[in-house]
Amino acid sequence: MKRNSDSGIGSNYPWHKQRPVIEEPRPGEALRADRLIVNMGPQHPSTHGVLRMILTVDGEWVVAAEPDIGYLHRGFEKLAEMRDYDGTIFLSDRWDYLASMSNNIAMSLAIERLLDIQVPERAQWIRMLVAELQRIASHLVFIAAYGLDMGAMTPFFYCFRERERIVGFFEALCGARLTYHYVRVGGVAADLPDGFLEELEKFIPMLQSGFDEIDELLIYNPILIERTSGIGIIPPHLAVSYGLSGPMIRASGIPYDVRKCHPYLFYDAVDWDVITHEACDSWARVWVRSQEMRQSLRIVKQVVERLKEMPAGEVRVKLGRSIRPQKGDCYVAIESPRGELGIYIVSDGSGKPYRVKIRGPSFVNLSIAPRVLPGVKIADLVAILGSFDLVMGEVDR
Amino acid sequence: MPLSESQLEEEIKGKLAGVPVSFNVGKSGLEAHVGREHLIELCKLLHDEPSLCFDYLRCISTVDWIEDGQIEVVYHLYSMAHGHCIIIKVRIPREEPKLPTVSGIWAAANWLEREAYDLMGVVFDGHPDLRRILLPQDWEGHPLRKDYSYDPVEFDEWYAAKVRRGEIP
Repeated sequence: MKRNSDSGIGSNYPWHKQRPVIEEPRPGEALRADRLIVNMGPQHPSTHGVLRMILTVDGEWVVAAEPDIGYLHRGFEKLAEMRDYDGTIFLSDRWDYLASMSNNIAMSLAIERLLDIQVPERAQWIRMLVAELQRIASHLVFIAAYGLDMGAMTPFFYCFRERERIVGFFEALCGARLTYHYVRVGGVAADLPDGFLEELEKFIPMLQSGFDEIDELLIYNPILIERTSGIGIIPPHLAVSYGLSGPMIRASGIPYDVRKCHPYLFYDAVDWDVITHEACDSWARVWVRSQEMRQSLRIVKQVVERLKEMPAGEVRVKLGRSIRPQKGDCYVAIESPRGELGIYIVSDGSGKPYRVKIRGPSFVNLSIAPRVLPGVKIADLVAILGSFDLVMGEVDR
Repeated sequence: MPLSESQLEEEIKGKLAGVPVSFNVGKSGLEAHVGREHLIELCKLLHDEPSLCFDYLRCISTVDWIEDGQIEVVYHLYSMAHGHCIIIKVRIPREEPKLPTVSGIWAAANWLEREAYDLMGVVFDGHPDLRRILLPQDWEGHPLRKDYSYDPVEFDEWYAAKVRRGEIP
C-alpha cells in the first residue's frame, strides 16, 4: 500500500499553482553548523498554552518540528462516561475555554439527536445568537494575541475592549464570564433578561466601528502583511487531506463550513457568506477570521430582528429528572470558532453515555504542523504556529 | 448534488466487486459495516473513485463493547466535491485489536489513530509513527477501555511503588 495521499487531488484546486513559491537561499555546506535540538515550550509566551515543540534546527532553519501535547489532558471522554447526560454539559465548558457556548451547543445537540427531541424555536434562535457572539469574542482574542506575537501591543487593547463587552452580555445571560453552562439539553437555561436585545442593538454599531479600527490598525497594516504573507503556506490538497477545518481550511480556499455543509439550528434561514481566501498563508488565516467576525455580526443582526418579533415563551423542553436515550449512536458536528467540533456519542440505554468522542478542531489542525514547519526560519515559526489559533484545552481535552 | 443514502449505497455496491459490506441507515446517515480484512479495499475505493470521492476524514472514534468482547472503530467520511457523508464501522476482537492503518489514504488519520491507540489500545498496522500522543510514553494501560481501573487509591499505591523503586525521582 504505497500511495502518496498528498498528490492525489491537487488538480481540483487550480489557484494554488498560480502562486509563486519563494525559495530562500540555504547556506552552503561550508557554513553549515551541527543540527541542534531545541525545546520550544511548554512554557513559552507565544504558544498560548502548554504546547511543547521539539525543534531540530540547522542554524536558523527548522529541519523538523514535532509537537508534544497532552500536558492539559484531563480525560473528558472518560469523565463523561461517569456522569448522567445533563452532567456532561458543564464538562464541555472546559474543552475550548475561549468558546464555551459553542461547546455547550455541540454537546446539547448531540444528546438531543440521541433523544430525538425538538427544541423550542426561540431557544434555537437564542443558541444561534450566543454562538455567533462567541465566535466574535473568540476571534477577537485570536487577533489580539496574534498581534501581540508579532510585536503589536496596541491592537490587543482594542480587541479586548470589544470582547469585554460581549463577555458582559454573557454575564447578563448566565452570571459567568468564561464557563457559561448556559445552553442545556432541551434548550437554554433561561430566557433573555429584560432589555437585553435593546442593549445588544445599541452595541452592534459600536462593534462594527471596532472592526473597522482593528482592520485599519492590524489586518491591513503593511508591517503585518510583510511579516506574515507568504509564510506557512498550506496548499488546498494538504488542507483537505489533513482534515483541517474552520478558518484554517477556508484560508486555503476551500469553502468548507459546517454551518453551510451540514446545516444545524437555523443557519440556512439567515443570510451570510462563507469567507475564503486563496493565498493559503498566515496572513490569509488572520484575514479570514477578521472577515468572519463581520459575517457573524450580520447573522447577529438578523437573529436580533427575529427574536424581537417573537413573543417571550418556552425556551426549554421539560425532560424529567433523568435522561435515558434509546440504544444508538450519532455524530453531530458544529462550526466552533476553530473549526469542526464533532461529538460522537453512543448510548446503551442507561442514564449515562456509553462513549463520548470529542473531535476537537485544534487537535486535528495541529497535526499538520510537522508537515508545514520544516523549512521555515525560527523567526517565522511563531508567525505560523500563532495563525493556527490553538487552544490547548481542546487539543488535549 | 449530494447523492441520497440509497443512491450512494447502490453506487458503492456497483463498484465493489466481491467485497462483503453490509449497509444500514443510522441516525447520522449511511453506515457501512465491513470486516477488517476488507477495510483498506473499501477505503481506497471510497477515496479514489471520482463518483464517490470521499477526500475528507472527519473523525475516527472507538467504542469498547466489552460484553461482546469487541472494539468498534468508526470512521466518518465526507466528500468535499459531492457533499455526501458515509460512516464506516469495523468490529475487531478485544484480545487482538489490530487494524490496518488508513493514514496512507487520509493524512488526518495519523494523529486520530495515534489517539485511538493511546486511549483505547487499537494497534494500527503500518502506521508510520504509532506512539502515545496524549498520555506519557510510559503510561500503562488504555484508559478508555471499560475494564480500566481508575481507582485513585490504587493509582497512589502504584505511583508510590514506582517512586520507591527509583523509577521516578
